Amino acid sequence: MSRLQVVSGKGGTGKTTVAAALALALATEGKRALLVEVEGRQGIAQLFETEALPYEERKIAVAPGGGEVYALAIDAELALLDYLQMFYKLGSAGRALKKLGAIDFATTIAPGVRDVLLTGKACEAVRRKDKKGRFVYDYVVMDAPPTGRITRFLNVNDEVAGLAKVGPIHNQAQAVMRVLKSRETAVHLVTLLEEMPVQETVDGIAELRTARLPVGRVVVNMVRPQVLDATDLELVRETPRTALARSLSGAGLGGARRGGHAERLVDPLLAQAGEYAERHALEQEQRAVLGELGLPMHELPLLAEGMDLAGLYELATELRKQGIA
Amino acid sequence: MSPDDPARHQEGARRLTPARVLDVDRLLEDPRNRIVVCCGSGGVGKTTTAAALGLRAAERGRKVVVLTIDPARRLAQSMGIDSLDNTPRRVKGVDDSAGGELHAMMLDMKRTFDEIVESHADPDRAAAILGNPFYQSLSAGFAGTQEYMAMEKLGQLRAKDEWDLIVVDTPPSRSALDFLDAPKRLGSFLDGKLIRVLLAPAKVGGRAGMKFLNVGMSMMTGVLGKVLGGPFLKDVQTFVAAMDSMFGGFRTRADATYKLLQASGTAFLVVAAPERDALREAAYFVQRLAAEDMPLAGLVLNRVHGSGADRLSAERALAAAENLEDARIVDQNGGKAGLRSSPGNSPDPHGSSEPADAAHDDSTPDAAPEALDAGAPERSVDALAAGLLRLHAERMHLLAREQRTRDRFTARHPEVAVTEVAALPGDVHDLAGLRDIGARLATGRPELPEPGA
Repeated sequence: MSRLQVVSGKGGTGKTTVAAALALALATEGKRALLVEVEGRQGIAQLFETEALPYEERKIAVAPGGGEVYALAIDAELALLDYLQMFYKLGSAGRALKKLGAIDFATTIAPGVRDVLLTGKACEAVRRKDKKGRFVYDYVVMDAPPTGRITRFLNVNDEVAGLAKVGPIHNQAQAVMRVLKSRETAVHLVTLLEEMPVQETVDGIAELRTARLPVGRVVVNMVRPQVLDATDLELVRETPRTALARSLSGAGLGGARRGGHAERLVDPLLAQAGEYAERHALEQEQRAVLGELGLPMHELPLLAEGMDLAGLYELATELRKQGIA
Repeated sequence: MSPDDPARHQEGARRLTPARVLDVDRLLEDPRNRIVVCCGSGGVGKTTTAAALGLRAAERGRKVVVLTIDPARRLAQSMGIDSLDNTPRRVKGVDDSAGGELHAMMLDMKRTFDEIVESHADPDRAAAILGNPFYQSLSAGFAGTQEYMAMEKLGQLRAKDEWDLIVVDTPPSRSALDFLDAPKRLGSFLDGKLIRVLLAPAKVGGRAGMKFLNVGMSMMTGVLGKVLGGPFLKDVQTFVAAMDSMFGGFRTRADATYKLLQASGTAFLVVAAPERDALREAAYFVQRLAAEDMPLAGLVLNRVHGSGADRLSAERALAAAENLEDARIVDQNGGKAGLRSSPGNSPDPHGSSEPADAAHDDSTPDAAPEALDAGAPERSVDALAAGLLRLHAERMHLLAREQRTRDRFTARHPEVAVTEVAALPGDVHDLAGLRDIGARLATGRPELPEPGA
């Protein structure tokens, strides 16, 4: 099992949720996982219903069986200042650089530098060992940028190579790429059973493969429960409206005659079944498209009560059941 | 559904208060409105909304250009803009009886940046800049460049004054606010102190008073060189030197675009879906726009679910479904009923879909031709009715959840006008689909007035 698990996906597919559930699942039974966020959105804090995360690793959840999940919101600016302090003992000069706009320049404008700092921090956590030589974290799970940008984000080497040809940023980029392109890393893509996210997933995987980044699994999120099966859908087309009205009436929903309560339910209920059938067919199509990718695929249910902390544990259990952790 | 049903009316009224309804047509038709900016988090149908608004405005007589940033392939095709590039192309198939036109374009950020360089520098200098590695990376890759260039393009389109209305889709940003921040950030970098530091070596010796400052500055460049690597810094310095004459322009342009966004002819639409994260982001946006003095027109709430039978509650639908299934079990299996998990044990609609499925397995032989038993068709109808009721219960739960999420937003921002668009089972593939969404946007209600089915 790869120790750095990168989770990406189109916006709106719930990649932060899946990353968090994955961290919980991996931490189960006494393991320790670090969940990192790189986009400054504080999505992890919101999900775990805690205050905003600082640039500091802190425990945010206990997994079933005594495991621990730590979280870290990586801030490129602070990571750079940290780094300058560590290697160049730049206390006040760091602040002066900041005032000048140099830090801002290096972390937001200089192409690739920001990404090297973010991925670099995550890779450092992957490799970090305690005094006894054991890994501090069994797993590091990264809530990564969306599918459209993930390859560029991870492929920092290409970005930076053309620019920083020597120097610490260059070295850092080399070290990061060694981790990212190894078996230590797996990049998972989260999608929904809808056309656009599936298309992005297919494109994203092609890009990752071209860049020789290790593709992990496809996680289909928010899968709706099957309420009607193929037999039902066939019956929807064949059953006379009057028979349905009688049946609904028999169930205590009012009169079956024209204008009766039960009779007036028939049209809207059939309309809903029609929408269901249409969506179901589209979902099957998309499932087939994803199937062709030849990657391990997992499905997580849409939670009826919406996403909350309890739901997160539910999804973690589901991921374990499906053998992802 | 019967629109005159008082109960339904009341229901409808409850759904739409206390939020104000956003009058989309007035927004699109008012000749004073020249720019509509669609913003919001990813995956909420922002680009589709922008395209639908553009089409509707065009068919209501305005000359419109839609600036999309990164359209999904199918959506681009729906507007016939497969081969779209950095210049607006006219969309065919638009009803132009009201005298309007629809044009669409897709932002090419590198091309836009190149054009700025080409128009502001003599050919030799332009060539030097375009060939600089730092420039190439900056123009193609930097996360803020897309935002900056989107705003730059908007400024250009507006300056040409060729269009009555410009509809802009904002980039799928790392944070929804990037497109407001990035232009200023890039502008202030390209025009700021750091640039002067980087240029310092070339300018040393001029003013005596600068000498002390320059000592500090060369120390800075030294540090930057250490961190980024000497050649990198050299690339940046060459780039900066070549661009020197253009810098004042960048800041001025960024400021002008920013002012344009605040001007009275501009309207922001925040796009969201009735989900917690999307609406949280929307709320954040609303606050931020207010803080920046940007004119917010309202909230577009996409993918809202409705039901033609919303007077039948989830609870009653489930109870009725159980009635129908219990009756079947007793009829069909007699003593075997105990083997099956009773539907009564799992009031949760999803958990209980299992017994319904099990029932269907049993009903298959009944439906087969040899089943001449007169009761069999009746029982399949009951099974179907139970399935439809469970589906309805699920829909009602979804409706309630969306309503709760929406209410939380409305409670915090009662001043924001809202329009709701129904969830569609599939994606939009053509102009007809965009037109339909436009009509829903203008109605303010998820369902169109005429029966949709």
